[in-house]
Amino acid sequence: MTTWPILSVTTFLPLVGALIVYLSRGNDEAARRNSRWIALWTTLITFAVSVILVMRFDPGNPDFQFVEKANWLATGITYHMGVDGISLPLVILTTAVMPFCIIASWKAITNRVREYMMAFLILETLMIGTFSALDLVLFYLFFEGGLIPMFLIIGVWGGPRRVYASFKFFLYTLLGSVLMLLAIMALYWNGGTTDIPTLMHTAVPRSLQTWAWLAFFASFAVKMPMWPVHTWLPDAHVEAPTAGSVVLAAILLKMGGYGFLRFSLPMFPLASHDFAPLVFTLSAIAIIYTSLVALMQEDMKKLIAYSSVAHMGFVTMGIFAGTMQGVAGGVFQMISHGIVSGALFLCVGVVYDRLHTREIAAYGGLVNRMPLYAMTFMVFTMANVGLPGTSGFVGEFMTLLGTFKVSIPTAFFASFGVILSAAYALWLYRKVVFGALVKPQLASMKDLTLRECVILFPMIALTILFGVYPKPVLDMSAASVQQLVNNYNTAVTAVKAAALLQ
Amino acid sequence: MSFSTAGYQLAPVLPELVLAVGAMALLMLGAYRGQETTRTVTSLAVVLLIVVGALVYMQPAGKQVTFGGSFIVDDFARFMKILALIGSAVTLVLSTEFLSDPSRRIFEYAILVLLSTLGMMVLISAGDLISLYLGLELMSLALYVVAASNRDNAKSTEAGLKYFVLGALSSGMLLYGASLVYGFTGTVSFTGIAAAATVSNVGLVFGLVFLLVGLCFKVSAVPFHMWTPDVYEGAPTPVTAFFASAPKVAALAVFTRVTLTAFPGIVSQWQQILVFVSIASMALGSFAAIGQSNIKRLMAYSSIGHMGFALVGLASGTVEGAQGVLMYIVIYVAMTLGSFSIILAMKRNGQAVEQISDFAGMSRTNPLLAFMFAMLLFSLAGIPPLAGFFAKWYVFVAAIKANLFTLAVIGVLTSVVGAYYYLAIVKTMYFDEPAGRVDPVRIEVRTVLAVAGLFNILFALFAGPVVSVASAAAKSLF
Repeated sequence: MTTWPILSVTTFLPLVGALIVYLSRGNDEAARRNSRWIALWTTLITFAVSVILVMRFDPGNPDFQFVEKANWLATGITYHMGVDGISLPLVILTTAVMPFCIIASWKAITNRVREYMMAFLILETLMIGTFSALDLVLFYLFFEGGLIPMFLIIGVWGGPRRVYASFKFFLYTLLGSVLMLLAIMALYWNGGTTDIPTLMHTAVPRSLQTWAWLAFFASFAVKMPMWPVHTWLPDAHVEAPTAGSVVLAAILLKMGGYGFLRFSLPMFPLASHDFAPLVFTLSAIAIIYTSLVALMQEDMKKLIAYSSVAHMGFVTMGIFAGTMQGVAGGVFQMISHGIVSGALFLCVGVVYDRLHTREIAAYGGLVNRMPLYAMTFMVFTMANVGLPGTSGFVGEFMTLLGTFKVSIPTAFFASFGVILSAAYALWLYRKVVFGALVKPQLASMKDLTLRECVILFPMIALTILFGVYPKPVLDMSAASVQQLVNNYNTAVTAVKAAALLQ
Repeated sequence: MSFSTAGYQLAPVLPELVLAVGAMALLMLGAYRGQETTRTVTSLAVVLLIVVGALVYMQPAGKQVTFGGSFIVDDFARFMKILALIGSAVTLVLSTEFLSDPSRRIFEYAILVLLSTLGMMVLISAGDLISLYLGLELMSLALYVVAASNRDNAKSTEAGLKYFVLGALSSGMLLYGASLVYGFTGTVSFTGIAAAATVSNVGLVFGLVFLLVGLCFKVSAVPFHMWTPDVYEGAPTPVTAFFASAPKVAALAVFTRVTLTAFPGIVSQWQQILVFVSIASMALGSFAAIGQSNIKRLMAYSSIGHMGFALVGLASGTVEGAQGVLMYIVIYVAMTLGSFSIILAMKRNGQAVEQISDFAGMSRTNPLLAFMFAMLLFSLAGIPPLAGFFAKWYVFVAAIKANLFTLAVIGVLTSVVGAYYYLAIVKTMYFDEPAGRVDPVRIEVRTVLAVAGLFNILFALFAGPVVSVASAAAKSLF
């Protein structure tokens, strides 16, 4: 093994790229092209480095790997990085999605390109850092820091109601997170450190567990987002530029699920167990309610945004089931949703770039002019529905299976989501792609360009690959998930046994 | 001749002596040579402040007491003094343009800043109520005059007068409180008071309350904040920058020292007051700032809110709390000086503009300036990884340890409200249509901005050493 800090390099490479973009001055076409290329190469190299992570990762080891530790703030707060089977897939998802985001913005973004690319690269550093930080303060730094670039991305390059959307996004998320910050402080005094692996093995008193769980929940439920604190998401999605929506759906939402897996379950197992019915209820409501809301949407992005909330409902449900299938399914569903929803937003971006509207009613009969597009869109629509053979199916099925063991009513109601998602997704597809091409402004629509194919085809391949052969992702996370579930169940059973003895 | 008789060494007050003598010498220079020396006097004053800062830095570590216990030099005092000196020196540097106008060539400006700084240093080192009052008045009297230094401007004069009247009132209350405390404990020295004030009696608590009222006025905590917005808006911008930085350091330092060293026996008495004052300050600072359209007025409300946050640390009454106050004030001074250097840079066609709408679209006309200001604003809002986050972390972590959960929860919630108006400025700069370029920024303003801005952005990298220094300084109080 070499000793270079591979994880820190992955994390901070995009930041270096942002600095290089900053140094490439000028505002003419050449300068814009330069910043695009620099950004693309940075994300590609980052991805390449993260592939090394995968190759050297030992999937049989449930503990943190590639651990780096350095002094930082003294008194128990250190610079501590590392990944395990739960965070590594999300790191890879981040590094893999970013190049697509850069390519997707190639033509769509023409003003302030340099700042745009810098914002995305800084955001990438913060996202990777969030998934690989092993210290609560460090985690919070990355987690909250991501608000700044995303706020600017929505606000500067967004649609007509961008100011409203960006403020809502920022303040909503901040409100949840400051409560988590207080819980972090309470954990710090309880354990004398903010080191995550240490805290995972520190006993937390029952009362503190309850409060800390609620505080963390406030932050992650907003980020996820869960019903009823999801209302920022449709606004943010609609106003954000295409690549912003992709990052939001594919990666930022996963921070909530990751937080539940990394903190809520291992650190507060008893509170998690106590509150599981609450999470189940909220998830089931989210799945049914937001699917119904999605049925009524007139804006394509808004529809997909609501469908994201529904799909995230499966993730929370699976995670808090606390069973092997549920948690593993939750992790898989996050990865799958990252690819599928990201791709769906890219699909919307494709037609938006041509017609500059996202009104569903403005489209119809695209299959006549854009057969390739119709095929691509269909694959992702099917994955969104959860058709067997696509990655969407595996995640939904596993989470339902895992939940069924714990709470049959939840699984029962959640399965309605599968039907409803078919309803809205197929309805959207029919309205946009099928039918006669009668609208005159659609007559000159061109099919996918080479650039768009480069973005979308790899995602099709992944969607189908993981649908048929989900083993790579499941194997990577299996050991860590197993350990998480075991610890969780041990803690819960111990308390139940103690209660019986009394 | 020997400088030292027992208990009355002069070595601990050497920096103050140098500052006092230096200020007098510069006063003579200005008085005999006239207003042309303004520039020279100002530059020499900056040099003097740096020399004094070096002297403070070189003082031996550990606690020294002189003048029979009225003057204390410990790690805490040295930390705060250096910070106050930095604040004063930077404001003098930022004032060069203000003073270069022919109608405003007043060399007394620099002298007054020096004398006020001397007052701050005495205040920070005060070991009894007498030296506390001496330092406070020396600082304040100079500040009143500086506030009105733009003589031909009605607003500036009004600011000076308002500050003076309200300041005199608060001094009166402080004196009244001090006399009550003296009456009920029989001593003016902090250690003596601490020894006597182990059980609370009504007279002592009355004295304590009046004492705290005077101090709250100086840190502009609610409900004694009314002067702040008017004075901040009326005073010339460099003066406002001064008010927002160095005097706040000194006032907060003495606040900390009085509560923690003179009244440690009756923590529960002053803790309630501080909890109320800090909640009120944080809430008012956040809500009242939303409606402001003048950036200096907004900064006034912002500073009220920030003092509320700093007092959260103090309210916990522990070493961690004192450390939190120290961390907060360091970062606050850096953020404030950075923000005011931006406000000073806001000039169009030679005319200073201070409406928030004047910042519109600056990210396109002056990208670097806009970026620095945006980062400062995010930092003021307490968003990581910027410095302001660490400031809030250390005060709230102390509050949590002291089980002040209500205070902490209200505190972080008001910080979210506060984030709204900081974001509104970022929005003006980044999302709105440009209102035109600002004039080229003077070199000294640019330097201050660069240093403060980089400190703010890169704080996470060198936070460790700052924390350990602040921790040592906080421990010296206990």
